[in-house]
Parts: sequence; C-alpha cells; structure tokens
Amino acid sequence: MSDALAFTNEELMAVEAARQLKGGVVCFVGIGLPSTAANLARLTHAPELVLIYESGTIGAKPTVLPLSIGDGELAETADAVVSVPEIFAYWLQGGRIDVGFLGAAQIDRFANINTTVIGDYDKPKTRLPGAGGAPEIALSAKEVFIILRQNKRAFVDQLDFVTSIGHGTGGIDRARRGVATKGPTRVITDLGVLEPHPETKELTLTQLHPGTTVDQVRAATGWALKVSDSLRMTPAPDVPSLEALRALKRRTAAAHGTASTAS
Amino acid sequence: MAGRIVALSEAIAAHVRDGDSVALEGFTHLIPHEAGHEIIRQGRRGLTLIRMTPDVIYDQLIGMGCAKRLVFSWGGNPGVGSLHRFRDAIENGWPAALAIEEYSHAAMAAAYAAGAANLPFATLRGFVGTDLPTHNSNVRSVTCPFTGEKLAAVPALRPDVSIVHAQQADRRGNVLIWGIVGVQKEAVLAARRAAIVTVEEVVDELRPPPQAVVIPNWVIAAVCPAPGGARPSYAQGYYPRDNAFYGTWDGIARDRIGFEAWMKANVLEKASVHGTPAKPHV
Repeated sequence: MSDALAFTNEELMAVEAARQLKGGVVCFVGIGLPSTAANLARLTHAPELVLIYESGTIGAKPTVLPLSIGDGELAETADAVVSVPEIFAYWLQGGRIDVGFLGAAQIDRFANINTTVIGDYDKPKTRLPGAGGAPEIALSAKEVFIILRQNKRAFVDQLDFVTSIGHGTGGIDRARRGVATKGPTRVITDLGVLEPHPETKELTLTQLHPGTTVDQVRAATGWALKVSDSLRMTPAPDVPSLEALRALKRRTAAAHGTASTAS
Repeated sequence: MAGRIVALSEAIAAHVRDGDSVALEGFTHLIPHEAGHEIIRQGRRGLTLIRMTPDVIYDQLIGMGCAKRLVFSWGGNPGVGSLHRFRDAIENGWPAALAIEEYSHAAMAAAYAAGAANLPFATLRGFVGTDLPTHNSNVRSVTCPFTGEKLAAVPALRPDVSIVHAQQADRRGNVLIWGIVGVQKEAVLAARRAAIVTVEEVVDELRPPPQAVVIPNWVIAAVCPAPGGARPSYAQGYYPRDNAFYGTWDGIARDRIGFEAWMKANVLEKASVHGTPAKPHV
C-alpha cells in the first residue's frame, strides 16, 4: 500500500459511514457497501456493534466481508442463528433494530429508494433484483442510513419505482401514513453526506468530502440540491480506520478468490 | 410411505407435475441445485416457481423453459449482479413469457409461515409507501379487529411441492439442518401435496448441534441422497460456497447459445447419479 494518508473518495465514504455507527447499536445490514461500513465500524471504534443479516444471523462477526447475505461465516460467528421468518417478524418488526443500513440503485430528494426496476415495470430497461428486506427495514428500523455512490443516474428527480419508503412526499408524510419510525436520517455518498431537512425532509447537503466542491455534488444530483448554511467538511479518514479498511478488503479478496469485493 | 428414502429421479417423477407450483428453498445456504437439475432433465413445463431469492438454479430452470410464473422477493446473482436468463424471460419473453408476482422478504417469509400454519393469509407491517401493490394485486391490507391498525396482508404460500436440501437424514428419513436454516422448515410444512428433501448423507443417528432444525419424517414425502446436491451453494460442515462459479455463471448465462450448450453438457447429458444412500457419517 502507498502512503496511508492518501485515500480515495470510495474509502472515505466507507470510513465516514462507519463513524456514524456507535458502539452497542443494533444494525440490520444490507450486503455490499452497508456491510463494508458496518464491519469496519465493528473492527475499529465499535466492537460492541450488533450486526444482524437478514439470513437470520444475529451478532455476526465475520473476518472477511460476506459475498452473499448468507455466507457460512456469518452463521459460524453469530451469537444466534434464527429462521428467516423469525428475523423479520420478531427482530425487525418487533422493533429491536436501531439502524437499518441500506444501499440503493436510485434515490430521490425525500430518500425514497428504488431497487426494483429502471424504466417501465412491465417493459423494463433494466430489471434490478427487487425488494429483498428493504421495504420493511425502511419501516421498522428506528432509523435508516443509506449509502450509495452519487451521480445523476442514482440521484434522480423522479424514481422509476418506489421500492422502499423514505420520507414519502416529504414533511410529515411518514407519520401521516401511520409510520412511527424516523426513516432515513443520513445518506452517505462518495461526495458528501446528505441529511433530511428537519421540517421539509428534503435531502440537504450537510457535509462535503475533502477535495470535492459543492458544484460537483450539484452536478451529480438530478434535482436542485439544497445546501446547508452550516456545511461541514468531512474529516479525512484516520490512519487506523484506513488501514483496517484496506486489510479487510485484502482478506476478503483472498478469501473469495476475487480481485474486488461485492460492493 | 412418509420419509421414504428414494432416488431423486424417482421422487421428482412421482411428485412434480407439469403446471405445479413448486418451491425450492434455501437462503444462500443449502440451495437444492441437484433437485432443480432433475426437474430440468425430466422436462417439466408450466411451473409456478416460488422462491424468496431466485438465483442461479432458477436462472437455469427459467432459461430451460420450465416456468410460466415466478413468485419471489429478490432475484439476482448474489455478489455478482443480474440473472441474465431471468431478465431475458422478463424483458424478451425468451424462451417463454414469464409472469412475475413480486413481494418483499418479510412478506414471503410470513406467507410461508402462514402456509405452514394452515392460515389463509399472513399479516405484517409492510409495504407502506411502496409501488409493489400496484403491480401485485395479492398485496392487500387488513384492519386489526382489536386496535383498528391497518396492516399488510398477503395470501399464504401453499406450494404443491416444496423441495429443500439438508445436511443429513437418518435411515427413517428424519431430516437435520444446521447453520443458516432459512425458511426451509416453513416451506416443507407449507407444501400442499408433497415435500421432498435432498440430503448430503444418510446416517445411523442424527446428532443435532445447537440451533439446528430437525424435521420429522412423517411430514416428508421423499428423502433423496444427493451428496454435493447444493453445489455451487454451500452445505455447512460439508463444503464451502463455490464463489468463483457464481462469477463464471454470469458469463455462461449472458448468451442464449452459450447457456444452452452449458446446460446440455452439465445437466441434460449428466444423468442423476444420486440413486443410492451414501455411507454412514463418521
């Protein structure tokens, strides 16, 4: 590895997302970028973090990133392994999840997400995998973090399909629909961090990664992006976190026999 | 006879009919690939295929023209990307048009549990604000008679035949699953007509490790020895997931001709070899 202080935006995205997960939090983790960030948090500042995968593994402590949501190491390292109906009914719907951590293919200004289809549902341009656990994670987790790379194909003015609700049409729409949980509280990207405005719930740029400009973020967003008056600069990754992330990725590549990880 | 240990080819011939609804379950772990291959070899048509996470084996069943309908909640090649045969069927109707009935994981898991419990529907807090009900009229709602809360409702899953893979059966056909247990028990109990279980091996005595699932023989129509029958997925305690194959499959399935050639060489012309019980577990 080269100079540990040099880092990519991709690495900063993972480190910044990991920072948001504090010790002792119970986190329902999606595969890919959420799993990378959640495991990085667990391996660095938050060893008490409880990671739950929808395959039914509670308190999983994998040494490498799982390639699938049901890799064997998740079960071998878990505190408990339960059935899939149980993980959704007793643990997620039961209200025991602090943070639901999701990825997305498309997101809109109210953090509603699409993982189902690009184009028309019946005549799709691109058929995506679909809902998986996300619609109910979005409803039942006390709050939701979303992580995805920021560009105009992903950050769209109008979703082709709403797979999982964020803040709906904004404002008090979630509550009006009878949903008591907070919904998305932050969206971490490779350019910055967006948070819903306290009242309108419209995603607002609150944090900018070093080396990135507001214009760049605007150019990567498919709607007129609002920028917080108190825009902060994301702190550069600390060396231990960067080293832990790189080691995790190296172990993962070696274990899965692939050049890169599933993210 | 319940829990009878028979050859896989015999079990598929006896229980899976054209036009059936069939669930092959296994959540990443213990995916019944060999049973899927036997369905393809026996040329079943018009199946409604049910599975929470259709992946490579359903790509193969769909690409070989076995299915007319897919009931699912997440369809993809885990850690790799799209299922090209699934997409070709949906986007281009090749080799046959494929209708889809799409849910979320929480809903399908609840629907299997309702099926196992012989209830007509499952209820959950779900689907609020999503477009799924627009495209699936089976996603409905019900009002709680006690609190007035509006809840999502989906019909119970009752496959004609459910098929799962397990690590072991004993000689009486009782079945043992450990590691990630997924929705296998619910799928077996939800089966309307028959449950088939393929196993890594038949042993003299089951010794269930903690958190294991044991399914008694009298709810299982047929137990079929199929060592390696979950490959390229994995069987905890037997073999790891063949991650490289999932990547390779992306290339094989991308192209119709390459797909058909691979299926011919690796499935159609490969007779089922799993006819006899394996040697006892040590």
